[in-house]
Amino acid sequence: MNNRRKNRIADKAFQVWGIACTFIGLVLLVIFIGDILIDGLGRLSWDFITALPSRRPESAGIWTAMMGTAWVLVFTTIISFPLGVAAGIYLEEYAKKSHLANLLEINISNLAGVPSIIYGLLGLEIFVRVMNLGPSVLAGSLTLSLLILPIVIVATRESIKAVPGSIKEASFALGATKWQTIRNQVLPASFGGILTGVILALSRAIGETAPLIVIGALAYVPFAPKSPMDEFSVLPIQIFNWVSRPQQGFITNAAAAIIILLLITLVMNGIAVYFRNRWQKKMKW
Amino acid sequence: MIALMELKEEGYKKNDHESRSFKLEASHVDVWYGQFHALKNVSMGMTANHVTALIGPSGCGKSTFLRLFNRMNDYIDEFRMEGEIRLDGFKIYGKKIEVEQLRKDVGMVFQKPNPFPKSIFENVAYGLKIQGITNKKFISEKVETALKQSDLWGEVKDNLKKSALALSGGQQQRVCIARTLAVEPSVILMDEPTSSLDPISTARIEELIFQLKEKYTIVIVTHNMQQAGRVSDNTAFFYLGELVEHGKTKQIFTNPKHERTENYISGRFG
Repeated sequence: MNNRRKNRIADKAFQVWGIACTFIGLVLLVIFIGDILIDGLGRLSWDFITALPSRRPESAGIWTAMMGTAWVLVFTTIISFPLGVAAGIYLEEYAKKSHLANLLEINISNLAGVPSIIYGLLGLEIFVRVMNLGPSVLAGSLTLSLLILPIVIVATRESIKAVPGSIKEASFALGATKWQTIRNQVLPASFGGILTGVILALSRAIGETAPLIVIGALAYVPFAPKSPMDEFSVLPIQIFNWVSRPQQGFITNAAAAIIILLLITLVMNGIAVYFRNRWQKKMKW
Repeated sequence: MIALMELKEEGYKKNDHESRSFKLEASHVDVWYGQFHALKNVSMGMTANHVTALIGPSGCGKSTFLRLFNRMNDYIDEFRMEGEIRLDGFKIYGKKIEVEQLRKDVGMVFQKPNPFPKSIFENVAYGLKIQGITNKKFISEKVETALKQSDLWGEVKDNLKKSALALSGGQQQRVCIARTLAVEPSVILMDEPTSSLDPISTARIEELIFQLKEKYTIVIVTHNMQQAGRVSDNTAFFYLGELVEHGKTKQIFTNPKHERTENYISGRFG
């Protein structure tokens, strides 16, 4: 067998292997989604979405948990977006290259990998106890913000890095200050990427359960939160709670709630992809 | 010129022994990037309303030298300079100098056309807008004048809202020149402005340089010997960070004093 044939067989073999690997992931996902749909689709109704929690599975709904998720999402965005983007801009554009900056950089990358329950413990101590916020929407949002800040910072830096240096030079050469250059050239050119990063980070945040349980978010909250200081629950906690109940009715409820949670994540990822494509089209160098 | 007056008012320190004869002047300039000694004791002056060409093989320090005049090297890590650079007799590396003001007076055109990903109009108006100018009529007049000066007005006047990135390379470079002219500098630095352009676009830019020197002092880095010969009044030849020879272009090209200059110009090395 000559070399050329060998190479072609190796090429084919890898292709088959690649297809197989892709299918494993895909098939598992299809089974999972199919199973959830079979269990939960029948339970989905407007009533299920707008009903308050209840001890009886057939009258229980996800309204409070969904509103909790919405509140937490909004406040997490308000907190993490400006903090993360500003920190990313500083690190990329202003911070001088030094050992300290390097150390900071390694730390931020590592923070992105810290287990979320650790952030929960941090939030419990600082926000719930020291700052005395209690197990409120605000405490939960602050905790989730800490969790996704490293992701937002890294995404911001990567997007800024992708802006060609020649554009910045052109701006400086016309007498622009650093901030004018960032504001008028760098941010508009990188905003699509930053937004994509933030949305993906947020869609990770909505799925988080552990840190919120640690700070004391409840599984049973009789009413949707009306202020950031109110107690709250979120969809994943509601799901977790229902799954751990013995009655079949609650298992069905959990499946239906999972469908809603998946839909929200899907929509958010869709928005992220939309922004990325739109900006990519606009920013062609 | 207005920009220059402002510049002076805003704290250019007068030099002790002011030399009025040159628009731009470098005296005993040394530049290091970390350990690398990029420019070695370079002294030369550039006359107002003349075109000075900087030539020499890659890595000889000519771009570094050019970028000293609008302080664009300041952003490079480990950049260090000794010596003095003067614009109209004022030290531009003095402590009280506002770099932003300096750059309004010393414009720059880059090697690769680098228009902003915005409309043609916004590209040219950018330099004015960042100065805080909001008068729309004033801005459109300046944009029109700059585009006319850069010989682009006829081609784009009906499409000012079109993205500058949709233009051809030569047109993009003329947008970049217009953008520089709009803030009314007195000096224009050009870093190989035609190296990425086709011969026809190159010829148009060269013609433009010839027209512009009536109003501006131009310093141009070029790898193209014919171009240096065509557009410049004076030529400076750099080699390994040293200024080997500087003089009238005609003299440099027909009767260079140094053998190295002759070898480079005639294409025997470089």
